[in-house]
Order: sequence, then C-alpha cells, then structure tokens
Amino acid sequence: MSSRGGKAYSVRRREWLHTVLGALKTPRGASGAVMTLAVVGIAAFGPLFAPHGGTELLGAPFQKPDSNLPLGGDELGRDVLSRVLDGGWELLLVAAAGTALGIVLGTAAGVAAAYLRGVADAVIMRVVDVLLAFPQLVFVLLLVSVIGPKTWLLVIAVGLSHAPQVARVLRSAALDVSERDYVKAVEILGVRPARVMRQEVVPSLITPLMVETGLRMTYSIIVLAGLSFVGFGLQPPSPNWGLMINENRIGLTQNYWPVLAPALLVALLTVGLNTLTDAIARVALGVDRAERVIASEALGLEPTAASDVA
Amino acid sequence: MWRRVALSVLTLFVVSIVVFSATQVLPGNAAYAVLGHSATPQAVQALEKQMGLDRPAVKQYWSWFSGLFEGHLGKSLVNGESVASLIGPRLENSAFLVAVAGLVGTLLGVLLGLWAALRRDKPVDHVLSVTLLALTSLPEFVVGIVLVLVFAAVLFHLLPAVSVISPGQAPWQALKLLILPAATLVVVTVPYLFRMVRAATIEALESEYVEMARLNGLSPFRVLVRHALPNAIAPTVQVIGLNFLYLAGGIVVVEFVFAYPGIGQGLVDAVSDRDIPMIQFSVLALAAFYVFMNIVTDVISLVATPRRLFR
Repeated sequence: MSSRGGKAYSVRRREWLHTVLGALKTPRGASGAVMTLAVVGIAAFGPLFAPHGGTELLGAPFQKPDSNLPLGGDELGRDVLSRVLDGGWELLLVAAAGTALGIVLGTAAGVAAAYLRGVADAVIMRVVDVLLAFPQLVFVLLLVSVIGPKTWLLVIAVGLSHAPQVARVLRSAALDVSERDYVKAVEILGVRPARVMRQEVVPSLITPLMVETGLRMTYSIIVLAGLSFVGFGLQPPSPNWGLMINENRIGLTQNYWPVLAPALLVALLTVGLNTLTDAIARVALGVDRAERVIASEALGLEPTAASDVA
Repeated sequence: MWRRVALSVLTLFVVSIVVFSATQVLPGNAAYAVLGHSATPQAVQALEKQMGLDRPAVKQYWSWFSGLFEGHLGKSLVNGESVASLIGPRLENSAFLVAVAGLVGTLLGVLLGLWAALRRDKPVDHVLSVTLLALTSLPEFVVGIVLVLVFAAVLFHLLPAVSVISPGQAPWQALKLLILPAATLVVVTVPYLFRMVRAATIEALESEYVEMARLNGLSPFRVLVRHALPNAIAPTVQVIGLNFLYLAGGIVVVEFVFAYPGIGQGLVDAVSDRDIPMIQFSVLALAAFYVFMNIVTDVISLVATPRRLFR
C-alpha cells in the first residue's frame, strides 16, 4: 500500500465544510447540486402537488396528454404526472438508508482492518474479496431471490453490496492515518483501540468518506431503480420510477411520457449526484488525482492500485 | 503471483458456499418459496425430496458442489430440463455480447482518452470531457430505453426494439439485433475508460522522465511512443479489465431491456420463477467470470508496468 493515497485524502479537521462550499462555487459543483436538488425536491414535495391519486383509473390506457392528464395515461389509464410526482420518495429513502448502512459497515470494517492489522485485517479483507466477487446487482438479486423484495431486505442488500468496496477505500486511507503522531500519542496514553479509531482515526477520514458517500448514493439509486425495473424492487401498485419505465415500455409508440419522464428524472439524479461528488473530489484531492480516484472507484478498482502502478 | 491464484480459487469456493446458503439453506424453507405458501404439504414434501432438502445442509452442499465438477448442474424446477442445456446457449450469447461491447467500448474509450490527453485544455478536450462527464453514471436501463425511444420506437424505426435470438441461432448470425444492447453497454462504460486513459496519459506526459526526454531533444512522437505511453499502459489495462468485469453485472439489466437471451436475462427469469438451481448456477458463473477476469487483469498490468520489470 502506498502512503500517497492516504495523504492526498486527508484534510485538516472541520475543513470538510470548506471543501463542500468550495465545490459548490465551481461550475461543476453548482450544476451537480442544482440537478440533484431539483430531483430530490420533486421526489420529496411532488406527492403534495399530485393532481390525482397515483392508483386512480382516469382515462384510456396510454392516452395522449390532454388538459386533464398533462402527461397522458399509463398502461392502465392512470395519471402519469401524479405517478411521476409520487414515485420518487420511496426510492430515495431506501437508497439513502442502504447507502448509510453500507458506509457505516464499510467504514467500521475498513478502519478496524487498517488499525488492528494482523489477523483481523486478513480476515476482514478475505470477506471483502468474497463479497466483491459478485457484481453488485447480482448480489442484491441473490439476496432477494428467495425471501422476496421486502423493503427492509432491500436496505440490507444494498448496504451489504456497498460495504466491501467502502471497506477497501477506507482501509487504505486509514492505514496512513493510523501511523500519524497524534494517533500514536493517544495510544501511548493507554486509550482503548475502539476509542482511538472512533475519535482519532475516523474524523481524519472525512474527505474519502464524503466522496464515498456521494458515489455510493449514486450506485444505490442505479441498483434500486434497476431492480425495480426488472421487477424485484419496490412493488406495485404504488408508483415508482424504475417500475413505471418497465410497465409502460409496451406503449412507447402511443404515449412515451410514462417511460420518458421517470427515465429523465433518474438520469438527472444520478448524473447530478455524480457531478457533485466529482466536484468535491476535485476540490479535496486536486483535479488529476480526483479523475483517477473517481474513475477507478467507479469501476471497483482497489483504490491504491492505480496510483501504485503509475 | 501463485498466491493470488490460490486465493482466488479459495474465494470462488467460499462464493459457492454463499450462493448455496443464500438460496437453499438460510431462509427457512426453499420449497415453500418455490411453491408459494398455499402449497399442500404433500407437494412441499415431494419437492423437498427432489431438491434434497430433507438432508443435512452440508451434505446438500457437497452433492451440489461435487455435481458442478461432474457436469451435473441439476434440473430446472420450471420445466425439468437440465440446467446445463438451458444455460449453455445463454452463456454463448452473453459472451458474444460482452466481447463485442467490451472491444468496441475499449477501443473508443482508449482512443478518445488519448486524443483528449494529447490536446489537453484545447476545445476537443473540453468538449469530450464535458460530454462524457454528462454520460457518466447513467443507469443502463435509462440508456437502453432512450436508445429504443430514439432508434426503434418513436423518432426513427431503424433497429429492432427487442433482440430476441431464436433458439439454435448463433448471435453472430443476427448482428442487427446486437446493435442496441451493445451500444447501451458501450455508452455506459466509455466515460470511465476515457477518464482513466486521459488521466493516466496526462500523468505520464507530465512526469520528469518525459520532461527529460523532451529536453534531450527527442521528437514529440518519439517521446510519446517510447517514454510516455508505456507508463500509461498498466493503468489502462487495469481499467480495460475492470470494464469487462463491470459488463458481467451490466448485462443483467441490458439483456432484460432487450429480451436478449443471455445469462443475465436468464437470471432475472429464474429469480421471478424462483427456479433455484438456475439461480445458483447463473450467479456462480457470473462470479467465476468476475474472479477470473480479476486475475487476468492483475497479471497483465503487472507484466505491463515498466518500473516493475526492473526491480
């Protein structure tokens, strides 16, 4: 493991706010934030403005847009606009919960591996290797295949699917932090390992944590929307963007809105989140390193490997 | 090196345990999961016997695992055909799709990345970087649906919206059906490849040894080919490998979008039919591909790193 990865990541404490604000001032960060907030706003407040109930049958199947149904009707003649407005919040909540779970689990595992070294490190990293052998969506599909798509299971499955990659990244960042003088100093004072990790190591990892959280949230949305799209995510009849796209595909030539509108929203959200994360990484790590970190992260590369080889 | 290979074999072994436990042992009664909760006790008992659920978990696992090596993959619960005969053609179709999408995507990503790096901060670089940034992290199904909207259903009617390859037909005999699924995968993967190649090349171009070569009066072409590119190869190879890895997961949704009869669509079908033997083998095959590609990538990037050769 090179120490370069760790050093470039670290920021002095309480500077994370400056990093975020700095990122928001760049055109990249600002456009990412606007895209993200727009979709989050629609998902959160949309249900309040929905003109009709999401499950009411109001017109002909795949009816063209008119004054009553501004985006037309879906496969059963339900109001597309209302379903779009109502179809995001559940997706976002489950994605956020899954992301949080994955970040917490992954951070705990990665920091423990880096700080404790030895057997604990070896065991944790072997478990990580096994979990990383599954493509993310396949792993989640495997977990929901027998029990079925329950909401709690989706949160756990998404969280578990993130944890190994988060653990890898945080481990390599924490390896460097664990060697620093202030950590060594508290150790000499006899503070217990769990406390050292919580109070000294984790707070120094705020930059990789921010970047990770942004990336993981993006993938949570991709995985969950994709899962709903293939029919194993959040279940009908309550509307949800991934499912809407699949349900209404057959009527694409008659009314494309029930497919296009949710597809655009999902795309705007993932692209916005990714752009924002990108801007934060650029401010925190410098432009060139950020490029490498994000690209390799996104593809699931071991974080230090890229800088190691170059 | 051999340590890594041994570890990978061990990893695969543990993966097989995880797959088996998740589907057959852990969650209460797999027979109920297959038949639904209204099943009669007799039906459940019969299925338990067929799946061997009445035996201890370790024994069940062992007979499944050893069966893998003898070519006995079990029988589909839906139509009683052997898993091997159902999955064989699907594997072939998926492999062809992954190969086509991977090759086209790699070529496009590497060339665009090199081009942007050599024209750094020129208009070409800016246009490419911003366009590809906007395409980054788009979900596969969104890209697929939009391509269908544009090229197959609403705007133009150039290409088929679904890619149903009839049984017995080889995928290379129906190339027109392959265009949209492959294009979807290319659009999803090129942005990452592009960024990685661009960053690696720029880093190599700015290194001290390249500066030195330049100061020594070597021609720009020679500097690029002899000094800069060799050092950008290893990270690029890694990303190419990872790109193929990514495709192993990406095909699941893309095959579903286009009803392309590959292993990903097979997995989705199997999960909705709760066809446990099919689920087990599909997941295992995808994971095996993943682990195998990981080793190949590691070896190639190790071999391709000039610095490591001189150690």
